[in-house]
Amino acid sequence: MSTFKKYFKFSVIGIITGLCNGLFGSGGGTVAVPAMEMMLHAEEHRAHATAIGIILPLTLVSIFFYVRNSFVDWNLTWQVAIGGILGGYIGARTLKRISARALRKIFGIFMIIAAIRMVF
Amino acid sequence: MWIAVTAGFISGIISGMGIGGGTVLIPILVFVLRTNQHIAQSINLLYFIPTAVIALIVHIKNKNMDFKLAVPIVLFGILGALIGSRLAVSISSANLKKIFGMFLLCMGTYEIFRK
Repeated sequence: MSTFKKYFKFSVIGIITGLCNGLFGSGGGTVAVPAMEMMLHAEEHRAHATAIGIILPLTLVSIFFYVRNSFVDWNLTWQVAIGGILGGYIGARTLKRISARALRKIFGIFMIIAAIRMVF
Repeated sequence: MWIAVTAGFISGIISGMGIGGGTVLIPILVFVLRTNQHIAQSINLLYFIPTAVIALIVHIKNKNMDFKLAVPIVLFGILGALIGSRLAVSISSANLKKIFGMFLLCMGTYEIFRK
């Protein structure tokens, strides 16, 4: 891959990931992981790890603007975070036992229903 | 309080399994806790920070984190994050919810059809 082509791909992945992270407060990983796999031929496990390293600094930039504009509820954030950390630990341990493919489809349907309710 | 902890717990289980994350947590916060769209997104961003720090330490130790890819992508990504977050704070919560809904529709469709 030529240097120009490589940096062009970096810029496309970076700008779209950053844009989603800032505008939607989420979705950076859903964009960055497949983008690195498809465009840069990164191996799945490395793409996941690298995506976290990319999204963390971008999140710090994004949250700065949210907090500066008073879009923050510390009380609720703590409560959600405590539940989230516990759930994340359990989820990671259960992963090996359940089919991720079937689960993806179930949550894909959940996301589409939520999406339709949000738009209309 | 328990509703918020439970909402976090459920989305934590799902994202721990490697699915969604914010795309699951944000709709739960908006529909179950009735938070406005901006607050739901802010909660997701803040909650990501400590969990990502812990995960990243493990990934760096195991040499799975590719700095040669991450550093240049982050530099371009900061530009995207500046545009995205400034845009987000400048529009109303009702409109942001609609735009988020369209994004969620794409993400949901992708989850269903990916291998």
